[in-house]
Amino acid sequence: MAIPGQIVECNADDPLFAKVDVAGVRRTINVGLIADPGIRPGDWVLIHVGFAMSRIEEDQAREQLELLRMLGEEMPAMEEVRGYAFSDSPEAPT
Amino acid sequence: MKYVDEYRDPQLIRNVVREIERQIDPDRHYRIMEVCGGHTHAIYRHGLKDLLPDNIELIHGPGCPVCVLPMGRVDDGLSIVEHPGTILTAFGDMMRVPGTRGTPLEFKARGSDVRMVYSPLDALRIAQNEPDRHVCFFAIGFETTAPSTALTLLRAKELGITNFSVFCNHVTIVPAMRAILDSPDMRLDAFIGPGHVSTVTGCRPYEFVSRDYGKPIVISGFEPLDMLESIARILVQLREGRAEVENQYRRIVPWDGNIPALRAMAQTFELRPYFEWRGLGFISQSALKLSDAFAAWDAERIFDVPGVRVTDPKAAQCGEILKGVLKPPQCKLFGKECNPEHPIGALMVSSEGACAAYYRYARIDEPAAATA
Ligand code: SF4
Repeated sequence: MAIPGQIVECNADDPLFAKVDVAGVRRTINVGLIADPGIRPGDWVLIHVGFAMSRIEEDQAREQLELLRMLGEEMPAMEEVRGYAFSDSPEAPT
Repeated sequence: MKYVDEYRDPQLIRNVVREIERQIDPDRHYRIMEVCGGHTHAIYRHGLKDLLPDNIELIHGPGCPVCVLPMGRVDDGLSIVEHPGTILTAFGDMMRVPGTRGTPLEFKARGSDVRMVYSPLDALRIAQNEPDRHVCFFAIGFETTAPSTALTLLRAKELGITNFSVFCNHVTIVPAMRAILDSPDMRLDAFIGPGHVSTVTGCRPYEFVSRDYGKPIVISGFEPLDMLESIARILVQLREGRAEVENQYRRIVPWDGNIPALRAMAQTFELRPYFEWRGLGFISQSALKLSDAFAAWDAERIFDVPGVRVTDPKAAQCGEILKGVLKPPQCKLFGKECNPEHPIGALMVSSEGACAAYYRYARIDEPAAATA
């Protein structure tokens, strides 16, 4: 499952992490798999198990969201994003 | 029957279906394997078979991670949580996969500390929050998921978190494809190549398919239009007598893959000499284990897992279905003893498993077809 999201905030202290918005839900994800040039607010990415896997274009992000809807995977996808517990804890790197 | 108008871009779909009809040889039977479980799910969900000529047969490949994991490995993983003070963490799909003594979820119901996580980083977080316990992550998946385990291991090492380990079951797709191509009862004409795995591996690792076996392979996206276009490209190659690696999913898949992901995997993993796959048997160099530099985080070395081998329940045909020799309803247990509420085989657990996809979508179409 690849979930599209938009980077809203980078983490100056730990550049491996960034805050992402997925259909209104905001979570911290790991962006260590995105090659240089580094990730910037406004970038769109595909997310898998808490990691940004690839940078995509905005219209591809919309297509991907539509695809998840068509596959009946939209709910599990949102559940997954909400479930990223590593970004909630007090010591979370945000 | 699905109507073309139900798709997002009916005119484009119509055009590509017409192209498929133009390219196809009506006197020939085509066997095309979709390697990836995500494609299997999408094919059933979108009712794509209804759009394709009858002489195109789609064969479901081995690309569903929980499906190819043999039962013995599930038992091995569950043996870890029987060590006092341990917590076993796993993805949701894995929680419902049966071992001989039950599923991880059933172990949890019986009092074991088994927890579902959405990310390997969640498992690492639990280890940080509960320093008196040992947290093991039951890692499964192809190259799509292995980089996330790799980065989690690198982070554990960097932060010096020592009460964390990985039970590594990551597998690699190329040796499985080679095993299928070498198998005598498998006659395939071409492959629809995996989309998400290829974002990591790139397209180069598939060159052997065309070079050594003379089969076309088209890396494909997951939308109906993507998959139909990939099939059309395969037919063009076959008609022209070509066998090449083509990248239909260029908007996501770079030809050279994801370099940071491949680098992280190389830092943390090494190839196992061999690994058992459900249905396909032992395949050499087809799976990853933690490299010596990460021995301290390797659950297999910490816990000395028993390494049991168990055979599937007798009537279960999971292996035949994984090999593409049988279709899901040909298993005697399908829809009866084995269903999504009470799965006997892992193919009924994951939404990427052929049996679950067939159960959820294909069955709906069948009575309609019978009354038509
Ligand atoms: S129906 Fe169940 S037992 Fe039969 S092949 Fe599918 S998953 Fe295995």
